[in-house]
Amino acid sequence: MTFFIEVLVGGLLAGVMYSLVALGFVLIYKASGVFNFAQGAMVFLAALTFVSLLEMNWNFWLALLVTLVVMVGVGVLTERIVLRPLVNQPPITLFMATIGLTFVLEGLSQMVWGSQPHGLELGIADVPMEWLSQKWNINISKFDLFAAAVSGLLVAALALFFQKTRIGRALRAVADDHQAALAVGISLQHIWAIVWAVAGFVALVAGMMWGVRNGVQYALTFTALKALPVLILGGFESVPGAIIGGLIIGASEKLAEVYLGPYVGGGIESWFAYVIALLFLLVRPQGLFGEKIIDRV
Amino acid sequence: MSVALHQHPRAHPVGEVLLSVENVSLSFGGVNALTDVSFDVREHEVRAIIGPNGAGKSSMLNVLNGVYHPQKGTIRLRGKSFHDMVSHEAAAMGIARTFQNIALFKGMTVLDNILTGRNLKMRSNFLQQALWWGPARREELVHRHAVEEVIDFLEIQHVRKTPVGRLPYGLQKRVELARALAAEPKILLLDEPMAGMNLEEKQDMCRFILDVNDHYGTTIVLIEHDMGVVMDISDRVVVLDYGRKIGDGTPEEIRGNQAVIDAYLGVTH
Amino acid sequence: MLYREAGQFRSTYAEDMQIFPIRQDRIALMLLLAVGFVVVPMVATQYWFSALLIPFLIFSLATLGLNILTGYAGQISLGTAAFMAVGAFMAYNAQLRIPGIPILASFAIGGLCAAAVGIVFGLPSLRIKGFYLAVATLACQFLVLWTINRVPWLTNHSASGVIAAQKIEILGYTFDTPASKYLLTLSIVALMALAAKNLMRSETGRAFMAVRDMDVAAEVIGIPMMKTKLLAFAISSFYCGVAGALYAYCYLGTVEPEAFVLDISFRVLFMVIIGGVGSILGSFLGAGFITLVPIFLNLGTTFISDRFDIEISHALVSNMELITFGGLIIFFLIVEPNGLARLWQIAKEKLRLWPFPH
Repeated sequence: MTFFIEVLVGGLLAGVMYSLVALGFVLIYKASGVFNFAQGAMVFLAALTFVSLLEMNWNFWLALLVTLVVMVGVGVLTERIVLRPLVNQPPITLFMATIGLTFVLEGLSQMVWGSQPHGLELGIADVPMEWLSQKWNINISKFDLFAAAVSGLLVAALALFFQKTRIGRALRAVADDHQAALAVGISLQHIWAIVWAVAGFVALVAGMMWGVRNGVQYALTFTALKALPVLILGGFESVPGAIIGGLIIGASEKLAEVYLGPYVGGGIESWFAYVIALLFLLVRPQGLFGEKIIDRV
Repeated sequence: MSVALHQHPRAHPVGEVLLSVENVSLSFGGVNALTDVSFDVREHEVRAIIGPNGAGKSSMLNVLNGVYHPQKGTIRLRGKSFHDMVSHEAAAMGIARTFQNIALFKGMTVLDNILTGRNLKMRSNFLQQALWWGPARREELVHRHAVEEVIDFLEIQHVRKTPVGRLPYGLQKRVELARALAAEPKILLLDEPMAGMNLEEKQDMCRFILDVNDHYGTTIVLIEHDMGVVMDISDRVVVLDYGRKIGDGTPEEIRGNQAVIDAYLGVTH
Repeated sequence: MLYREAGQFRSTYAEDMQIFPIRQDRIALMLLLAVGFVVVPMVATQYWFSALLIPFLIFSLATLGLNILTGYAGQISLGTAAFMAVGAFMAYNAQLRIPGIPILASFAIGGLCAAAVGIVFGLPSLRIKGFYLAVATLACQFLVLWTINRVPWLTNHSASGVIAAQKIEILGYTFDTPASKYLLTLSIVALMALAAKNLMRSETGRAFMAVRDMDVAAEVIGIPMMKTKLLAFAISSFYCGVAGALYAYCYLGTVEPEAFVLDISFRVLFMVIIGGVGSILGSFLGAGFITLVPIFLNLGTTFISDRFDIEISHALVSNMELITFGGLIIFFLIVEPNGLARLWQIAKEKLRLWPFPH
């Protein structure tokens, strides 16, 4: 039983990390209707920039700040160079453009910082919590808890930002109806640039967490692929969906890996999340929190 | 007056009841789009459905060809009832339609769009088509002939190879009618065929609708806002308001119907 | 003045329905085929065949397959490489396990197995669209590669998962030189391209495009949604499967599952976008373009490093390749979303009027 709980909690905490990446997708999708495939590349770019700056003996906060500036810059440039000329194109065109963007970002970040893997330390060890393992005999990583706390904080901050600020209100208006938002004088370009910058920030946080866990290397771009089933489960437009979806995927993936994996030869984490998401889709095509769409003719 | 626009004597006089709608109710998550609506459509007739905005007219058409499924009530075609009929089954039974906001296939040429209307009549399989051989090739030719007839009928020869996305609105409406006609339907449902047209285009469209009715004997159910047009071309009119039927009869009867006048002039209920 | 249709009247519908109604186009195609089948084998070098022409043809076929699904039927897929993998490995197994089976039949079996897998992973398309479908096809990509890695039977119990394609023999003739493999690939690709063109100008193609352009309207005029979408997945996967088999037999020789990673799916998608969505010709143009980009990049960097005596690392070149691909995609989507095929069409229209301005 304790083993089961250990696996479950471990899975939930891993799920939080998926949610972090999924969150970046949701933000951009909500505001601009773009399925930003480049989110994984942004995570990679952010983590790589940050860790490279640290390795050049920069101060932690300065490195963080500069990385943030880089991510905001990428967001603003993306809006100017990629999104603005493609305004009013079908969503699938924009999606393909972000696949192109993925390649550009991956190439650029490796060109600037090199492609060798880096380790990243944030001062929180990836070791089991002592009192938990002593008292309940359950092994839960300190770092996992830290990551969960950071994600919680991030979501709370985003919620505040969306609900309480003027920009947040404009963001929600744009998400609801582009045309109507334009009509009341909200600048779409402005909002999109902000959203991409915020997504860049989320990517930075995700990149730091994943970087500590798996090292900062090219494989970080695959975090995007991990987040996609989460999006299917939670719906592309729902922040709570991204979080719950992440938890479900994380937990079921770990459980399956432990209890099912041995029977089929292991390595099932590459596709298990997708299959869950697909089965779920067959039952509820609109996702956990999405609304059913009625085709009007 | 209404019959004045038809040829005399009519090549296809109005006949028996072809389609009947019985006590149909339709709602979307608590919003009632249609409540207990009944009416019938006779063979070779031009039947209009009118009503203020949001009266449920388009929903009614969508029920008739299986896009929406009513919660209550039945649709009978020649006395045979259909429940939960899906739209391609409706098409197979000879119901064709056009849409309020033109639903053409924008990336295809006029010719290809109209040819899609004949898909139900195509029998060759995809392997034969891949080889462009035997039945597939013959079939393409036969249907091309049939489609060219419709193209001649609706006078759109000059644009047959143009992608429909490039055509002006009025012509697109005509191509949509052509696609519906290519299926040689028994019943043709037209959702605001003249919306957004200028006077001249409206006259053309009226002429085409009446010609279709006269020439092919197609039964026509249409939704239209232009009262002049409705009164001129339809044999009988159904009036809907807030999803309920408030009037049914010849144009003359409708003109004098107090409930209808109230609905249009906005008397408080 | 050379390219003019004046004086060529089509007096029957059959004539009007030809693939190339204009005489000059037919002549050009004949010339092109003559060059492909006769001139090229005489002049091309080993390197040309194996680094350029064969991959170009194979990717053209895969692009054609994806174009049928995405360009014509409007269903996006990121699982192209998986269908290619199924084609490659099942063709291998057919050769291995069915005694005396002709190699072409093995290729067909590979294609048919890919089609079957395509149908299974096309099922979600009946309920979901757009991005959701794109993600669903990713599931196919991962699941197929995992299966090939995990089921030893598929790789004939090869410890590393690597298989060696058997030799290609048709009617006693062995295709072992690059030139002969090129001719075999060219023949298959040309025939399959013709079949695709025929399909797309028939009822099947119109049904695909109708579903792509407006699915509700398509259903209302009686196009069965399920059959049409699944057929699109099946035909598309068949093409990709055969391309995969050719990739294994005529290009790689020894194949590991990792030859069919997600990047290959993206590459084929790029070929579709750059070549022209919903165009048979575009599939070839796109495949040619993307095949040539790395080669030109290499030539360019070699030139620069020789000329200016700068050391350009291999990593830098591959990063530049990534950036170039990504940049090209964005560029094409913004400037010419209909790709090279559209540019070709514009050029032809201009040529028709030349030398007059209107």
